[in-house]
Amino acid sequence: MNFKQKMAIRAVQEIKNGNIVNLGIGIPTLVADFLPKDKNIFLHTENGLLGVGPTPSKEEVDSDIINAGKLPVTAQEGASYFSSSESFAMIRGGHIDVAILGALQVAENGDIANWAIPGKDILGVGGAMDLVAGARKVIVTTQHCAKNGDPKILRRCTFPITAKNLVSLLITEYAVFRFENGKMILEELAEEMTESELKKITPAEYIVSPNLSKYQMNGTEHLLENY
Amino acid sequence: MNKIISIKEAISHIKNGNTIAVGGFGLVGCPLRLVEVLGEHPVYGLTVISNNLGEPDGKGLGRILLQNKITKAIGSFFTSNIDAVRYVNEGKLEVELVPQGTLAERLRAGGAGIGGFYTKTSAGTLLAENKESRTINGEEYVLEFALYPDVALIKAKKADRYGNLSFSKTARNFNPDMAKAAKITIVEAEEIVEVGELTPEEIVVPHLFVNYIVKGEKSNEF
Repeated sequence: MNFKQKMAIRAVQEIKNGNIVNLGIGIPTLVADFLPKDKNIFLHTENGLLGVGPTPSKEEVDSDIINAGKLPVTAQEGASYFSSSESFAMIRGGHIDVAILGALQVAENGDIANWAIPGKDILGVGGAMDLVAGARKVIVTTQHCAKNGDPKILRRCTFPITAKNLVSLLITEYAVFRFENGKMILEELAEEMTESELKKITPAEYIVSPNLSKYQMNGTEHLLENY
Repeated sequence: MNKIISIKEAISHIKNGNTIAVGGFGLVGCPLRLVEVLGEHPVYGLTVISNNLGEPDGKGLGRILLQNKITKAIGSFFTSNIDAVRYVNEGKLEVELVPQGTLAERLRAGGAGIGGFYTKTSAGTLLAENKESRTINGEEYVLEFALYPDVALIKAKKADRYGNLSFSKTARNFNPDMAKAAKITIVEAEEIVEVGELTPEEIVVPHLFVNYIVKGEKSNEF
């Protein structure tokens, strides 16, 4: 199991039976691989499908069924198709239970930046702002630091933000943070990480939960069996 | 009332300086035949409303862009076409970047006689700069205005002779919203069928939103 799969499995544990879930591109996409088969979970894709099924085989590919990453998908039994305005009414109207997205930066106040880098072309936003503003619960899965080692979990975002104060849960390979009443709370720590080491790579100010625990990987073995 | 015309005749309704809405999410649900013939039609200074601006190597709307016919693009995601990025950097293309849900709703509003609306999307971000905002139920909302394209080019699975439309899977996307918003709506249908073949329940866009129908085909591109 690599660290990305670990984060995806941790995110899966936040999804409840019957939830409507929208998965972003990157690590969030992996979440689909670990969804427990004993739960009824409905994946929504903003280009107009509720009930996204597995990736089709080469022979089964239908160019009319894609996901928001423009990759071919299938439709599950009970799925429905709809227009863009209806799809975003689902998102913006608060009908999506959980949105799982990647991020470039997350701040201690629950701000997220995941669409633009200063000094580069700002020419794509897609549905990111709608999802963060509209979903009932926003879960961010991201690596704790950027590829060049720059911290990503900050006091304030330095990149243009996607939305203000709306992240509910942040999952990195080292830790899980909850956001509540404007506070960032360290809830879980990975096996190989210590509190003092985490502090060094995390400029954001956070409270340590009195119930701080190890990274919760309940059911991991079971989920990996399906993988 | 004959709405079925040739693609060439349909495209002749697009004039210099028009604002056109073009359906599709990437190439899926994009009326590629209409776009191709638009490439042969001498119009310039177009403003294009579309989620993307085609794909690199002149696919879909990318072709029209490379012909220097588009001066402004309104959409949510242009980074997937490097030509669009290059045109912006060379000062040859103006872009209005809109969150995808706001784009869809601005079109829906245009078709429904709603001049504007307040949304939480983009509140407090770069894309809300210089926009009016107000607090509703304790939360910040941003004012967005409706879009009114002169012409919509859309793609349907089936059209009957009246212009009733049904769509295929996720190829529906922006097409119904654009059909309703435009002054003139031209649909490229994979199949044209007799009136009555589409059951009232399967009609997604009723005929009053459609002005012209042209015959297209299923595309395998995405």
